[in-house]
Amino acid sequence: MGKRDRLSGNEAVAVAMRQINPDVVAAFPITPSTEVPQYFAAFANDGLVDTEFVPVESEHSAMSACIGAEAAGARTMTATSANGLAYMWEMLYIAASSRLPIVLAAVNRALSGPINIHNDHSDTMGARDSGWVQLYGETNQEAYDNFIMAVKIAEHPDVCLPVMDCYDGFITSHSVEVIELLDDQDVKNFVGEYKPKAYLNNPNGKVSMGPLDMPAYYFEHKRQQAEAMKNAKRVILEVSEEFYKLTGRKYGLFEEYKMEDAEVAIVLLNSTAGTAKAVVDELRSKGVKAGLIKIRVFRPFPVDEIVAALKGLKAVAVMDKADGFNGAGGPLFTDITSALYGKADVKVINYIYGLGGRDVRTDDIEVVYDELLKIAETGSVKSVYNYLGIKE
Amino acid sequence: MSKVVEIRWHGRGGQGAKTASLLLADAAFNTGKYIQGFPEYGPERMGAPITAYNRISDEPITVHSNIYEPGYVVVVDETLIDSVAVTAGLKDDGAIIVNTAKSPEEIAPKLRGYNGKVYTIDARKISVECLGKYFPNTPMLAATIKVTGVMDPDEFIKDMEASFKHKFASKPQVIEGNMKALKMSMEEVKGI
Repeated sequence: MGKRDRLSGNEAVAVAMRQINPDVVAAFPITPSTEVPQYFAAFANDGLVDTEFVPVESEHSAMSACIGAEAAGARTMTATSANGLAYMWEMLYIAASSRLPIVLAAVNRALSGPINIHNDHSDTMGARDSGWVQLYGETNQEAYDNFIMAVKIAEHPDVCLPVMDCYDGFITSHSVEVIELLDDQDVKNFVGEYKPKAYLNNPNGKVSMGPLDMPAYYFEHKRQQAEAMKNAKRVILEVSEEFYKLTGRKYGLFEEYKMEDAEVAIVLLNSTAGTAKAVVDELRSKGVKAGLIKIRVFRPFPVDEIVAALKGLKAVAVMDKADGFNGAGGPLFTDITSALYGKADVKVINYIYGLGGRDVRTDDIEVVYDELLKIAETGSVKSVYNYLGIKE
Repeated sequence: MSKVVEIRWHGRGGQGAKTASLLLADAAFNTGKYIQGFPEYGPERMGAPITAYNRISDEPITVHSNIYEPGYVVVVDETLIDSVAVTAGLKDDGAIIVNTAKSPEEIAPKLRGYNGKVYTIDARKISVECLGKYFPNTPMLAATIKVTGVMDPDEFIKDMEASFKHKFASKPQVIEGNMKALKMSMEEVKGI
């Protein structure tokens, strides 16, 4: 059985890392992710893990070291935020295209500038096309659970892709909440031993990693990478099912909250989903048919499943904690509307919210549901691309 | 929602208001409650005003915003009363607890028309007397437990003793001082 504890999100992920006992952790500190390698370094120093901890001099080096270690055949992980993730940029693409199942705790923080240490999703949203699987979590519990599942998803032979475990900086990373931890042995059994098919330190099979890929086969390799991302959807569900059998905690591609008979709904990611659930409960107590969808798997994007979940709703608001700067809507909004195109006729509006740590209150969420109810009643949309809680 | 006890802490960087909020979360956790303990992060410097929060409930807590209408406010540094709107949003059926040598009657008029209960505790005196140094968070924690009633005081004392024994196994003299500070604070906190 698991153990009830109270930990911050970063502590919880560091504990998951200790329980996984990876071969290599290479990291460089940046707020608000710093505590993950900090706690883990203490575990390594105290001999609680067999991991080689590599304190590097930059995030570019951190990801480079992860790539080297993973290519050699070592189970490897790291953590970063915001500009640290940006500084890893070219290496993120190399990790994914080299099919290296590295796991990264991506503690969401606004990407400069202006410089800001607080939470939004502009860092990981920018990395959405890098070829990494992206899981998002609402609470310290979900950050912890996703981190453990990430190992198994990443290393699955049909996937072999790196995974980001994304959770909100400060709101989740530094807030202490109640959590159910797994037993060390259960985590060990769940993730199993890492047995890569091809790796550089394999004396029995020669492999080349990271070579020049000319037009003759580059395209085919990218096609395989795309196929791996498609496979990831099935594997994520399989791993989540196995995790459910172990813990009783159910995870899908997204969470549907009071959606059975919902007429209006909001779609969003991470910690604000919890705040919004309180508003849904309040509305439900007044007889309003409100629901909520919290995306867990953003890459691969659950296109067909989202269409099925939103079909028939009278109005939907997609909430983005990152602006897309395309002049038309945020990244989640763009993906949702493109998924719906030609498949379902649903009125969808977009709210950009909470940038740079602007606090999101239940009152803010009520504004969104009020607007959705107006659309549901009148059938007309006043404005598609909106900003929530902004001073203007 | 109404069953959630919401507490806002006001202190200055380095005084331990954040630590006190985490200690309170810990204590409530140990009695089986659902808890949140989180600071409002900013460009902290020693001495700059900081805010920390607690939510404590018998049921899971999903709201992840700051607290705007707290049931209780704890002021670790009384000089903040002049510069920070410490009673903003504070419910009239709640209470404010101020660390000061002054009486509740003297503090109440400074609270910008706040109509709820006002408690004071001289954490400096208690801390210096029991611990030989000024650590306000232990006395403030005990006073908060007493005033909010989030847990049984005897259970709290027992729990804290166990946790101090674990934490200061090599420094037993610290345990005694801290326990004395907790008990004295529970007795000395006074309100109107």
